[in-house]
Amino acid sequence: MRYPTRRGRFGRYGGRYIPEVLMPAVEELDEAYRKFRNDREFKRELDYYLREYVGRPTPLTYCANMSAELGFKVYLKREDLAHTGAHKINNTLGQALLAKRMGKRRIIAETGAGQHGVATATAAAVLGLKCEIYMGTEDMERQKMNVFRMRLLGAEVHPVSSGSRTLKDAINEALRDWLTNVTTTHYLLGSVLGPHPYPMMIRDFQSVIGRETKRQILKHEGRLPSAIIACVGGGSNAMGIFYPFLDDTEVELIGVEAGGEGIETGRHAARFAAGREGVLHGTYTYVLQDEYGQIATTHSISAGLDYPAVGPEHALLREIKRAKYYYATDDEALEAFHYLSEKEGIIPALESAHAVAWLLKNADKFDKGDVVVINLSGRGDKDVEAVAKREGVV
Amino acid sequence: MSRIAEKFAELKQRNEGALIGYLTLGDPTPQASARLATCLAESVDILELGIPFSDPIADGPTIQGAIDRALRAGTNTDDCFEIAARLRRDGVEIPLVFMTYYNIVLQYGEERFVAKCSEVGVDGLLVSDLPVEEASHLVKICRKYGVDTIFLIAPTTTEERINKILKKASGFIYLVSLLGTTGAREKLSEVTIEKTKWALQYVKNLPLAVGFGISKPEHVRAVIEAGASGAVVGSAFVKIIEEKGADACDELRSFAARLKSGTKLG
Repeated sequence: MRYPTRRGRFGRYGGRYIPEVLMPAVEELDEAYRKFRNDREFKRELDYYLREYVGRPTPLTYCANMSAELGFKVYLKREDLAHTGAHKINNTLGQALLAKRMGKRRIIAETGAGQHGVATATAAAVLGLKCEIYMGTEDMERQKMNVFRMRLLGAEVHPVSSGSRTLKDAINEALRDWLTNVTTTHYLLGSVLGPHPYPMMIRDFQSVIGRETKRQILKHEGRLPSAIIACVGGGSNAMGIFYPFLDDTEVELIGVEAGGEGIETGRHAARFAAGREGVLHGTYTYVLQDEYGQIATTHSISAGLDYPAVGPEHALLREIKRAKYYYATDDEALEAFHYLSEKEGIIPALESAHAVAWLLKNADKFDKGDVVVINLSGRGDKDVEAVAKREGVV
Repeated sequence: MSRIAEKFAELKQRNEGALIGYLTLGDPTPQASARLATCLAESVDILELGIPFSDPIADGPTIQGAIDRALRAGTNTDDCFEIAARLRRDGVEIPLVFMTYYNIVLQYGEERFVAKCSEVGVDGLLVSDLPVEEASHLVKICRKYGVDTIFLIAPTTTEERINKILKKASGFIYLVSLLGTTGAREKLSEVTIEKTKWALQYVKNLPLAVGFGISKPEHVRAVIEAGASGAVVGSAFVKIIEEKGADACDELRSFAARLKSGTKLG
């Protein structure tokens, strides 16, 4: 069975919970996406950009030092080597090409860590679209370089100082912009969230990661991996790598959320560990909230995981036990950040470091014959300054 | 006939449109807001009461501010029911409509929420982010408890969608008369009048109330003259509360009375 249903349901998750003003726009988007996703010319153009502009396929790198130390084989899917330094570009190019075909010349987007904002600004620049990005002021402080990068790429960055001043509030503000400018503007959402068709469409654009991984691991190892591990904020890099493996039930799928300062402190973003079902930003899924449904303030060392809801398809995969979800804390992620840098010469994004951290902590779950793939969803250059500050280096 | 339907029928007989006044419950505190709602009720025909939600995507800065104040004062859904109950105890007889976002209803429990509306005397429910496609279950419960289900139509809504919406709506239809979020505008948009006339071609069996960007007596008059059965004013009232806080009573009352004059035709 393939999800979602025509109305965007992944089991009971997903759906469309948005103001009436936006309904015709998401219906139009759904129609356009269904039309173009099997259109040869559209696919050819997207493939062209992914290959010649993004640099796909990204390598699947064998980690000799880490494997020797852990006692089983570890591979990294190198999304950090994609243009702009993260997997986000796979989706932004897909949506920007679609927006162009829909006749929308203005793109808006939210960003947390700034990676999606940079990837959106990049796609808009190369395709000649006008681009405006909403970003929480707290995230702007944490990710100054990405703010500058977006501006270099010709995007306008709007600071958002409402609420917790992070990703959630940036989405609120982007949605308000869309309410006002819906006839001329495409909202380029960055993760497998929001009203249907976004979770499906973004998963599809990101599933190039999993398709490549499958081909590459078969070539390297002649077999499928024992497990695939990915960090989960909204969950687009995880859905992208999981999706082509859903029917290969021998492959264990593991998602890692942000444990922040620990679940017991309440300062985290572990929706599956501490959330309940609810509705946020257009979709029915697991949400961190209080007993009355007020959305909780989240915390993570990585801005990209600092969000109170998770993609609805992840909620389904967890319910049917096709994927398992765990969390790693800020400290564990930081340790993994250093570990991978020193061991393999690869500085991971703090988001991706959560996936590495889970494996380091749970290495005893795997044996000599196992092959484990980590989706290294982004590179850590953007985080170097914040880590240095936290450790008192600068 | 529901209290909302009765009110529109009564006003029609008097050749008047309905003035629907909005405020956010709990702003600036639950207690003060109960008093302010009682004052506003003296000069409006229908009270629309917002239950605060932390992420109000359809609201502009004015109502966002009210929601922030309400949540900082600790307002929760039970407080909102308590305020509605108190309005009824204090003799407020006009129709009361709750306006909120879906997660608030969902977390309270849909049936528990609607039953409680009926128990305390709330006549209608408007959920800003619940489009008609997702509303079947809630509409069924509302029918069971005799609570009206008010739906929005927008300038972008297609004819096909309007017909779908009309099947689930009761009480009145709320026309969002321009693209954007809630908030007072200096001038009434020409689109508002144009859209009012457009919507009236389809909305024949329910009263049509027009909202968004309406903040002056002449705005109210213009939409009523265009044929609407009611005008919704929100942010302009909320602004008074923002400035005067718990002491906003007199000004709310007198401003509402001025707006009300705009609803009287002939």
